[in-house]
Amino acid sequence: MGFFVEVLLSGLMAGVLYSLVALGFVLIFKASGVFNFAQGAMVLFAALTFVRLLDILKDTFAPITLALIITIAMMIMLAMAIERLVLRPLVNQPGISLFMATLGIAYFLDGFGQTLWGSDIYTLDIGIPKGSIFILESVFEGGVLVAKEDLVATVIAGLLVVTLAIFFQKTRIGRALRAVADDHQAAQSIGIPLNYIWVIVWTVAGLVALVAGVIWGSKLGVQFSLSLIALKALPVLILGGFESVLGAVIGGLIIGAGEKLAEIYIGPYVGGGIEYWFAYMLALGFLMFRPQGLFGEVHIDRV
Amino acid sequence: MKYDLLLRALLLSVPLVMIGCGQDEGESNSNNPPEATKSASNAEGIIVDVSDDNAQFIPVLSYRTGPYAPNGMPVANGFTEYLKVINARDGGINGVKISFEECETGYATARSIECYERLKNKGPTGAAVFNPMSTGATFAITEKAPVDKIPLITMGYGRSESRNGGVFPWNFPIYGTYWTAADVLITHLGNINGGLDNLKGKKIALVYHDSPFGKEPIPLLEKRASMHDFELSKLPVTHPGVEQKSTWIKIRKEQPDYVLLWGWGVMNSTAIKEATGVRYPRDQIYGIWWAGAEPDVRPAAADAVGYQAVSMISSGQAQVHKDILSYLYDAGLGSGEREGVGEVLYNVGLLNAALVVESIRKAQSKYGEKPLTGEQVRWGIENLNITEQNIQDLGLAGYMYPVNLSCSDHEGKRAARLHRWNGESWEYSTDWISGDDAVLQPMVKSASDTYAKEAGLDTTACDS
Repeated sequence: MGFFVEVLLSGLMAGVLYSLVALGFVLIFKASGVFNFAQGAMVLFAALTFVRLLDILKDTFAPITLALIITIAMMIMLAMAIERLVLRPLVNQPGISLFMATLGIAYFLDGFGQTLWGSDIYTLDIGIPKGSIFILESVFEGGVLVAKEDLVATVIAGLLVVTLAIFFQKTRIGRALRAVADDHQAAQSIGIPLNYIWVIVWTVAGLVALVAGVIWGSKLGVQFSLSLIALKALPVLILGGFESVLGAVIGGLIIGAGEKLAEIYIGPYVGGGIEYWFAYMLALGFLMFRPQGLFGEVHIDRV
Repeated sequence: MKYDLLLRALLLSVPLVMIGCGQDEGESNSNNPPEATKSASNAEGIIVDVSDDNAQFIPVLSYRTGPYAPNGMPVANGFTEYLKVINARDGGINGVKISFEECETGYATARSIECYERLKNKGPTGAAVFNPMSTGATFAITEKAPVDKIPLITMGYGRSESRNGGVFPWNFPIYGTYWTAADVLITHLGNINGGLDNLKGKKIALVYHDSPFGKEPIPLLEKRASMHDFELSKLPVTHPGVEQKSTWIKIRKEQPDYVLLWGWGVMNSTAIKEATGVRYPRDQIYGIWWAGAEPDVRPAAADAVGYQAVSMISSGQAQVHKDILSYLYDAGLGSGEREGVGEVLYNVGLLNAALVVESIRKAQSKYGEKPLTGEQVRWGIENLNITEQNIQDLGLAGYMYPVNLSCSDHEGKRAARLHRWNGESWEYSTDWISGDDAVLQPMVKSASDTYAKEAGLDTTACDS
């Protein structure tokens, strides 16, 4: 039983991180109806920028703070550039056009980030404790081993998820975002500044990408694969629904726990190595029975 | 609704296709060697145009972008800089300048084939030899090489049975195959346990990249497991290898005596970090030579201390490195960071290039000092006989090893050392350990005979 709990816990902790990246997608989808395929590339770009600046500024009085401020400034500029150069010309265009545009942004950012900062593995140490600890020793024999790094990452990601959920549900800007998502023209007609909202939402998505990139980067080193991990958010969204913050959270937890349990308990029967693609198969199965996801809105088009 | 459904289906298909294709997500950035931007005046006589009719053309398949770039870049730098220093220092190979062109594969098999097709006919005589730098690509190009009559040097990778030149006349896995590496590791484990018989009852876990590369040692390890009665568990890790949590939870539960790490790229450093997370001792983990370089241990920092890997060549500098620094880096023609010259993967690339150059030199002794065809270079490789004196003359003392190939033996050397990460650098931890040919040879024969039968090949080339 202790082993099962250990697997489950590790899955849930991974799931919180998936939720974090998925939230970046949800933010933009809610505000613009666009699925931002560039979210993974933004994770990589933000983390690369941060880690390389950290190296450049290492001899200054506050390298982490300075690197963070400059990286945030860069993510804001990136959001403004995307709004001005990509989104504004495509207002009221079909959703699929906007989606294709984000594919272009993804490829651009992948290449631009590596050209600007390099393609090597960069070690990122922001003081997250290393090593592991045993918990629940009185409940299970031998206890449950948990990596401290994962625990801290989970707490940070969890706090950010809660903050974003509040931002969306309780603030004026959050409501404006939802209005924009429902109908660009209607939102504009009641005085919601579309361009401003888009810059805000892409900036917030950029900050989420930065946090995700820094957390993962400190675990794995900052390198190209960070952009691939973000793809794990896709099944999370399909499971949870594109428009739902709660869905992203629940979906992340299900996917995280599901893939770890599947690898341990089903993997041996099919040759193993199913952890990575199990999430997609789970989402595929879900797509057949509930295409809008667990918490997604059902759209009915009248023709 | 239609758009939503279409979008969801599309989103699911993209990553699934990426996973299904293995490593097909590299950046599409072809034919852009960094040296293209260097000053033309500095480069004169060092970087030779591919269209030069008097130059020997060598294609370079490399990966400087994508998830494997941190490992691919130093290999490519070592390879190309050796070619450049031969032009700069020696004026080419016996006066025949070398031209080369890089093609970005992203470590993807499909892209490697594209690069192969694009480069095979370049230069006055076509490609002299290919170094695919990927086991998956080697599997695919092995079918094409005999048709195009271009040899493949696959130093430390590729098909293990391809050392049998009677069946694979165009493949040259010089200095070691995966079966050799696996056998060296098992022999080492036998040595530290007081003999191979003492492996009985031990648990050995193979954590491997779920690709042709990662699967290659399995037949040898299964054979050794049946011979010595140890328990072998196989734990695949999906490309690129950043998801290993479950794998290491399993290892924590099963507590194997040793873990063999058959990884590449980010998979290696992730494995060491996960091992730390589950408190698995790093000095019980042994990597393949592709898991024994600086990018594999630096991200794990102090957690990697004590980790060992089998090694074809370790880090450090010989005379040729000093030449590279003075002829290239001092002239602003270096491809990477100065500090990278002499790191493990840089040296792997350099050694690959040295084998190519010496093969061409050997072929010139028969066919004349001029650009040669792939078929002529193949003869040069097969008759390669590198002695200690040659190595001294090349400025590679301590970083290249005598090797003598023949028609039937395209591997030449079946021994390796282990090196250990001490937190700052790699240092050799064992003397040379030989693979046991009494075990390897029958496996090579059986596998190559099967291949020959399936492909309908004549296997009598080396019989005379």
